[in-house]
Amino acid sequence: MTTWPILSVVTFLPLVGALLVYILPGDDDATRRNARWIALWTTLITFAVSVILVLRFDPSNPDFQFVERSPWLASAITYHMGVDGISLPFVILTTALMPFCIVASWKSVTMRVREYMMAFLVLETLMVGTFSSLDLVLFYLFFEGGLIPMFLIIGIWGGPRRVYASFKFFLYTFLGSVLMLLAIMALYWNAATTDIPTLMHTAVPRSLQTWAWLAFFASFAVKMPMWPVHTWLPDAHVEAPTAASVILAAIMLKMGGYGFLRFSLPMFPLASHDFAPLIFSLSTIAIIYTSLVALMQEDMKKLIAYSSVAHMGFVTMGIFAGTMQGVAGGVFQMISHGIVSGALFLCVGIVYDRMHTREIAAYGGLVNRMPLYALVFMVFTMANVGLPGTSGFIGEFMTLLGTFKVSLPTAFFATTGVILSAAYALWLYRKVVFGALVNPSLATIKDLTFRECLLLVPLVALTILFGVYPKPVLDMSAASVQQLVANYSHALTTQAAALVQ
Amino acid sequence: MIQAIVFLPLIGALLAGLIAIFGAHARNPSGDTVDHHDLAHGHDTASHGTTPVNADAAVIHASHDEPMAHDDHGHDDHHAVEPPAVGSRAAELITTCLLITSAVLSWITFVDVGFMHHDARIALFPWITSGDLQVAWSLRVDTLTAVMLVVVTTVSSLVHFYSIGYMDEDPNRPRFFGYLSLFTFAMLMLVTADNLVQLFFGWEGVGLASYLLIGFWYQKPSANAAAIKAFVVNRVGDFGFALGIFAVFALIGSTDFETIFAGAPGVVGKTIDFFGWQVDALTFTCLLLFMGAMGKSAQFLLHTWLPDAMEGPTPVSALIHAATMVTAGVFMVARLSPLFELSPTAQAVVMFFGATTAFFAATIGLVQNDIKRIVAYSTCSQLGYMFVAMGAGAYSVGMFHLFTHAFFKALLFLGSGSVIYAMHHEQDIRNMGGLWRKIPYTFTVMCIGTLALTGFPLFAGYFSKDAIIESAYASHNPFSTYAYLLTIAAAGLTSFYSWRLIFKTFFGEPHDRKHYEAAHESPIWMLIPIGILAVGSIAAGYPFKELFVGPGAEGFFRESLKMNPHIFEDMEQMPNLLGYLPFVMMALGLGVSYLFYIRRPYLPEALARSQPGLYQFLLNKWYFDELYDLIFVRPAKWIGRFLWKFGDGYVIDGFGPDGVSAWVLDVTRNVVRLQTGYLYHYAFAMLIGVAGLITWFMFGVGGQ
Repeated sequence: MTTWPILSVVTFLPLVGALLVYILPGDDDATRRNARWIALWTTLITFAVSVILVLRFDPSNPDFQFVERSPWLASAITYHMGVDGISLPFVILTTALMPFCIVASWKSVTMRVREYMMAFLVLETLMVGTFSSLDLVLFYLFFEGGLIPMFLIIGIWGGPRRVYASFKFFLYTFLGSVLMLLAIMALYWNAATTDIPTLMHTAVPRSLQTWAWLAFFASFAVKMPMWPVHTWLPDAHVEAPTAASVILAAIMLKMGGYGFLRFSLPMFPLASHDFAPLIFSLSTIAIIYTSLVALMQEDMKKLIAYSSVAHMGFVTMGIFAGTMQGVAGGVFQMISHGIVSGALFLCVGIVYDRMHTREIAAYGGLVNRMPLYALVFMVFTMANVGLPGTSGFIGEFMTLLGTFKVSLPTAFFATTGVILSAAYALWLYRKVVFGALVNPSLATIKDLTFRECLLLVPLVALTILFGVYPKPVLDMSAASVQQLVANYSHALTTQAAALVQ
Repeated sequence: MIQAIVFLPLIGALLAGLIAIFGAHARNPSGDTVDHHDLAHGHDTASHGTTPVNADAAVIHASHDEPMAHDDHGHDDHHAVEPPAVGSRAAELITTCLLITSAVLSWITFVDVGFMHHDARIALFPWITSGDLQVAWSLRVDTLTAVMLVVVTTVSSLVHFYSIGYMDEDPNRPRFFGYLSLFTFAMLMLVTADNLVQLFFGWEGVGLASYLLIGFWYQKPSANAAAIKAFVVNRVGDFGFALGIFAVFALIGSTDFETIFAGAPGVVGKTIDFFGWQVDALTFTCLLLFMGAMGKSAQFLLHTWLPDAMEGPTPVSALIHAATMVTAGVFMVARLSPLFELSPTAQAVVMFFGATTAFFAATIGLVQNDIKRIVAYSTCSQLGYMFVAMGAGAYSVGMFHLFTHAFFKALLFLGSGSVIYAMHHEQDIRNMGGLWRKIPYTFTVMCIGTLALTGFPLFAGYFSKDAIIESAYASHNPFSTYAYLLTIAAAGLTSFYSWRLIFKTFFGEPHDRKHYEAAHESPIWMLIPIGILAVGSIAAGYPFKELFVGPGAEGFFRESLKMNPHIFEDMEQMPNLLGYLPFVMMALGLGVSYLFYIRRPYLPEALARSQPGLYQFLLNKWYFDELYDLIFVRPAKWIGRFLWKFGDGYVIDGFGPDGVSAWVLDVTRNVVRLQTGYLYHYAFAMLIGVAGLITWFMFGVGGQ
């Protein structure tokens, strides 16, 4: 359909931008300004091109579109790109959020601006690549490669405990990626190809399914992150600069969920079914456990990080319910969480830039001085709580609805999350925004600037739009999700029958 | 027309919200000013006039005063320091006019639907569509909705009108009116919902608005705490409601009311596996849904938020915590009457909780001293009555009480507001007394409200409350006798505490001379609405009796309610003598109250002293707050801290990354620089991996 490799353009445009930033001479104020503007324009153009993807995308077609394929390393490994209804929303989420990250770092990053912008642009290429690659090796490169710029960003521009945080991150992801690499080899050994669409339609023997599922699980569960491998996330968030937190929460966590949808469910349906109870248990534990922990946090970013873990619990639960609403709800919840948690981290960043602390106790009564901020923060708090009318509700509701039929106890325990999320989110809001202005250093704090409004207003609009009219996202993914669910249940019946014989 | 009724308040809310945010923003400079005037901060302040400085002073001042000053409305000096936002009057008039328009249209709709039978279902646009889940935004108007429409819009427009007077010195009026209209919009979405999910939207929407309104004076810590408590306790109910929606979808495959009602008879007898326990599917679903109703309507066990919600401005209490939001639970059960009628067990539970609440809340009301809290407990108790009727299958009777109660309870709250306004925000009835001379108009309307509440013959409450007690007696519910006895007893208690409020407030000697001398009648903005409500408290009864109670109800409500088919016949057969019992109890309560507070004022104290245990038990509201704190709040905090410090910190990190890192550090301490070492490790490991993989492909199995 397309005459030009649009997907590759979207993927590699940021890399071109990074090169431009790299060849900028000197290290004075002008260079820094240019680096910022180049980064911003690159991300904006990338976003504009990705909008063409949406316009040309045929939502009724469940298969991969914009497919590009050319020989690459060896006969078996090809450069194979394409998106379907499940991956396109994530591509758009990535390209749409990148300009926000650049603008969010406009003032707060003053050290090594060039390198910072380059890291973000490279990161964008790797993230878009992750969501649009259709070859296992290519996917692995993008998926794991994305961690390197993230490491750099946390390690160089991070807070005081950045070394500990990135080290923790490293240990967790390292084990997962080694195991995933082994599983990729095993899959190749089984089907003689690393082509993802082919593998999705290749029956895998049951024993291999189990092992490969576990290996992929190790990698994705860390990324998600699922309980009990979640402890890297709060530390990483706390140390990361604002924009990195946004990317981490909004996009990098989604790679885990995307992996489950792209690999675990279609390639290892029997194993997915066998392990569903495990996922259900871990998800409900995550929802209740991390919500309770969030209740006791003293650091704003940590609280939101723990709440992210809880929200991702709904995603894993919905995906492995294997029902239409569960899976579609999981996709939607990831997109919604991308917007909402990203915005919440931006909100924290805004007061951090003014006060240089994330300590909840240092705030209080901000509404007296920052009414606009209070309003915006309220919208995202309510979206985090899952209030109907915000995008946060749709995902939670659909995943729970989809799970109820499959496992009532899971849905029952997971629904307690609606009580706990209200408790911790409103508590945070009350401590930070409501109350009297007691801390004298807050007396002169200023409300949102024009630049900050520019960041937050579109996100507010999206949160409410998708809460009232989620159809654009749901429709985009519907056909692919339908096919995924149909294949999954079909595989369960036929493969199970075949294995019995 | 329906669209206009529902969306006019939303437009009002948005306009008032815009005025509020622009006004607030204008008073609080944004960061942009800092960017440009970094070095000239003093100059900056000066050029902005004195406003920021004044506001500053006000805030600091307020922060010191707030815990002690128990002010109820913006009457106090330190609020007046802050100038009102620009456009306050515009915001007030816009929202109020839109609401009055909406109310007029609602009454037209009421006639059109109730008598002309022009039911309507209007699809707006799709909401959630995924597989067989099809949820659309739509408006449904049948008689049940029409009744709610007139209640909500009438009370809301009167409350808007009243607030113009009551909030006249609050600097944040546009915000207040925005919240009020937002609340009304959410409530209207709730009552016009055509499916469970939209009902849930309105349900949580009113929860949000009530959270914002209770916490309207956000500088007051008690108001913030009450706001959060209201939201979270309601969420406990919503937990059940949400599960109920999931159960309905799992059983019937839809969330649309029509489909649910058509499919419900097919579910009878089915069971559902609940933790290995085979429970009746329909009963299970109804009980989950009822849990939501219990939260919103503040029923026994989930009632604790309602009295605390009195921290909000008084008009809010009238609108939300008396006339509309708290009746949402009753409305929901009525709306789902085709489900509840199929499950006698669920009906028994509904009746049990209704009767228990009616009695329990009335006992607490006996000893409270805060004028608003007395009315709040009375609300709780009256909602219990409504649920008794629901449990008896006499849904129209419950709706009748909802209808009449909206008028007289809004009247009592707004009347209390007028008393509080007169007394310079004094809320303790022990400090009042003799006020009838000072504020005769308020006194008169409060008496009318009390007569209506206690069920004095010919006042509105008389018709609806007696009908409920009769329906409890006549029903074949296993808790029928229990409910009958408790509601009869509660009728006596209601009469006692209502008259106690009147006697202590308006009669006897003034207890606070200074406030008494300063007491004055409220502005006309406030007197007109309470006058209208006083008329309503009389007129809402007899003229509507035939529509709600008796055979006429069938023709009026038609398909919108599925009544117990025999309830009215059975009510007819009630012995005449028993029919007088509520009246006797009412008279008894009035008599005892008169004796205690007019004739022998030393008696109550003597009684309290002779029964200290009982008195403390009631005064402390059966110790529910303390109990919940002990069994829910503290353990949750303790577990949260334990999981964080021990679970995450000690177990997971200790055996995971920290343990490994200690080991790795041991090995590599002197070899690599920490800053970059691990990154290189990682990149290196990954590159080795990829290189190995590629090699393997090229030269091994892959490279055929």
